[in-house]
Amino acid sequence: MESDVVIGLEVHVQLNKLNTKLFCPCPISYHQSEPNTHVCPVCLGMPGAMPVINKEAVKAAIKVALALNAEVQSFTVFDRKNYFYPDLPKGFQISQYDRPLAWGGYVTIETESGEKKIQLKRIHMEEDPGKLSYKGSITTAKYSLIDYNRSGVPLLEIVTEPVMNSPKEARLFLNKLRIILEYLDVFDGNLEGAMRIDANVSLKGGGRVEIKNISSFKGVEKALTYEITRQRNLLRRGRKVVRETRHFDEVNNITVSLRSKEEEQDYRYFPEPDLVPIYTEELINEVKNTIPEMPEEKRERLIKQYKIGDNFAKVLVLDINMANYFEEVAKLVSPKLAASWVVDVLRGELNYRDWDFKIAYEKFKPEEFAELLNHLQHEKITEKGVVEVIRTKLDEGGKVDEIIKNKGLFAIVKDEIEKICKEVIEENPKAVEDYKNGKKQALNFLVGQVMKKTRGKAKPAETAKIIQKLLQ
Amino acid sequence: MEMLTIKSWKERLESEKAYDLISELFEKIEKSKLNAYITLNKEDALKKAEDFDRGKLKGRLAGIPIGVKDCITTKNLRTTCASKILYNYIPPFDAHVVERIKEEGAIIVGKTNMDEFAMGTTTETSYFGVVRNPYDLNRVAGGSSGGSGAVVGREAVLALGSDTGGSIRCPASFCGVFGLKPTYGFVSRYGLIPYANSLEQIGPMASCVEDLIALFEVIAGKDNRDSTNAGKEFKFERKDRKLRIGIVKEMTADDKVMDKFYEVVEQVKSKHHVGEVEMPSFKYALAAYYIIAMSEASSNLARYDGVRYGYALDKLDSWNRYFSKVRAEGFGKEVKRRIMLGSYALSAGYYGKYYLKALKVRTLVKNDFARAFNEFDLLISPTMPALPFKIGELADPLTMYKMDVNTVPINLAGLPALSIPIGFVKGLPVGMQVIGNYFDENTILNFALEVEQLLN
Repeated sequence: MESDVVIGLEVHVQLNKLNTKLFCPCPISYHQSEPNTHVCPVCLGMPGAMPVINKEAVKAAIKVALALNAEVQSFTVFDRKNYFYPDLPKGFQISQYDRPLAWGGYVTIETESGEKKIQLKRIHMEEDPGKLSYKGSITTAKYSLIDYNRSGVPLLEIVTEPVMNSPKEARLFLNKLRIILEYLDVFDGNLEGAMRIDANVSLKGGGRVEIKNISSFKGVEKALTYEITRQRNLLRRGRKVVRETRHFDEVNNITVSLRSKEEEQDYRYFPEPDLVPIYTEELINEVKNTIPEMPEEKRERLIKQYKIGDNFAKVLVLDINMANYFEEVAKLVSPKLAASWVVDVLRGELNYRDWDFKIAYEKFKPEEFAELLNHLQHEKITEKGVVEVIRTKLDEGGKVDEIIKNKGLFAIVKDEIEKICKEVIEENPKAVEDYKNGKKQALNFLVGQVMKKTRGKAKPAETAKIIQKLLQ
Repeated sequence: MEMLTIKSWKERLESEKAYDLISELFEKIEKSKLNAYITLNKEDALKKAEDFDRGKLKGRLAGIPIGVKDCITTKNLRTTCASKILYNYIPPFDAHVVERIKEEGAIIVGKTNMDEFAMGTTTETSYFGVVRNPYDLNRVAGGSSGGSGAVVGREAVLALGSDTGGSIRCPASFCGVFGLKPTYGFVSRYGLIPYANSLEQIGPMASCVEDLIALFEVIAGKDNRDSTNAGKEFKFERKDRKLRIGIVKEMTADDKVMDKFYEVVEQVKSKHHVGEVEMPSFKYALAAYYIIAMSEASSNLARYDGVRYGYALDKLDSWNRYFSKVRAEGFGKEVKRRIMLGSYALSAGYYGKYYLKALKVRTLVKNDFARAFNEFDLLISPTMPALPFKIGELADPLTMYKMDVNTVPINLAGLPALSIPIGFVKGLPVGMQVIGNYFDENTILNFALEVEQLLN
């Protein structure tokens, strides 16, 4: 239906799990710091200061490139991208141009019509500029303030080929990319500004439009949806879609023209003379063995190792913390039980509270969760009881067994039900007689008596079966 | 006039107080007509002199007064690059070389005058006025390290300069002193405010070879803050051997200079083998040099926007208007010319035609030198194609650029070269350029010692 739509993305990813900036020893953690405290002559662009490459950043970048199946180049060069902006203290950004870290690669996404490989064009390293902020809003503020704490934070730019055909595919790609980056332990997607996206979109017969600097996945989907409608309407009315750069207004969910093709800047790229080319062979060897199991491999292994369904495995690998949590639980109880309770119930309860499995690790340890499921496996608690324990544990804390005891959630074991059934039979000879004479309602009465005695903890169907067996 | 040397200064320190000597030096500077310093470091220098007198200042250069070119950052001491745009800039850190000379006890006299952002051959583009030649006040001292050239042996014992296309060797030649442009990567550039990063080096200037060696030994060496630093230390070794010396045919000068040059060559021949060498790529070297230097400069100078430091305006208008106005008022004419030419050379559609082509010439120049060094140990030429110019004589920029013709090929190749004072013509100094192979400063300096003795 939307096959006339072509989308390509440029994704800027902060390697925000590193300790220091790309070209100086300043700490990269800027979210909690006073403005302009994590700065030095290098990231402030003071005259005479020189950049020195952070090897750990290159290693992290190589790790990502390898995990995205890209071809890491044997040597790679930094270039200067020249433009004037107050958040750019040197008047140029150190980036990469015609010798990027890696070419190619792909990310597999799962669409409604099956798997799709999103081909990548290139992956390169660059430094983040500083950050402009405004007292009040950008439109009413009388001046801009600049925080250079972000200046020099290592960024990866991941560029896709124009191969996505719908805003939804774009979102699926970004989700998958985020999962992979988090698996590699180089990226924390929860931090503000961790991933910023430029989206290119065109319709058959129209010019390519670039939407700049979108800061959320939802924003990408919304901006693209708006933009496709806008372009489609123009084409339908016989008007031209001009090649231009647009800005996404996140408040009104619309895109606004920034500049046309003629006004595009000439960045006058040339090799950064203060840095030497990086030869990657040794670094690749160092990094190669540190790449953990990726989502696809993990999915296959979970199915094979734990004999769980793909419907569960597929969901488990979406979050490495969830997959790890599951595996810890599955070591202690039936893996199938673990999979269904982790995926279907625990995940839902966490989502409901806007939490993730990192929080689950704190609030409800996998061993405790296994203990709870163990009770279920041995029928010491009903499914309803399990849900109640999960909720209580997440909201109020406490020990699993104590919650069960305090709330009276321990299910009555089979032997005990049988004993109560026998008592009920003895105490109600009339009903027994009626039943034997073919009165079906008598059985219901007897089951009701058992339920009464167990205060509802016995399962009615099971109880009926036991009584029937005893009266045979 | 007897020039100051480390030896003569130390002899005086034996009988006199450093405080008195330094005070006397400042008195001389304050009366001087050379205009060689932009900022004096008087208070700090006198304090250091007192430290010396109390035996608290130690090191290989203890108590020796030195001038530092104003494009080399000095912590808490104004560093302007001779530009209005940095007229009030006080750096928060020392350049590597400044750390080194301070560790060795040198006393920084002040920041020496230069062409604005080192863009010039005469120090006439300085916002702080021209430096005058010590041998003729109506003539220039050369550039861009004109102040450093003028103060050596007169208003300081030693000086630090920087050389992007001849900026140490030209003023050394015009002021009759020694000036070494080291092999690219021998001296850390950390703290050198860049004009053209891939071409330039900081280097020593002195009134005798012995002093030049002493300063070079201090400033050369490893520094992790400069990624292009080779990590090599320098220690001079005296070697007495017959050398193969090649005169570069493409590097010439006017007749007066050439006569003097060959006069010395004749004397050199008595000990060494002297031949000639042709460098066909050199006819493109000057053009390639200016394209590369201006391209890098156009980017290096983009940071001066009046936001974080330097010249600023009270009124903030729109961003584009603000930084444009700051730069329009803060930069001088020659700097603007080079930024514009460099931006042009790097722009889309012209990059291949200019910048990439210049890089190819650079490779050819390196290849020519490599061939020459198969045959010769050292190459020689006159440093400058003419005697020191009259102030204002080189009004046309292209004529000025052409004066770098003998010096720029060395920077394109990254080789070391020294300008040796070889005498006077009509009372004006003449310099001989001695070029060595990569990291072979030792051979250059050995030869320089011999020439120095020969001419004394």
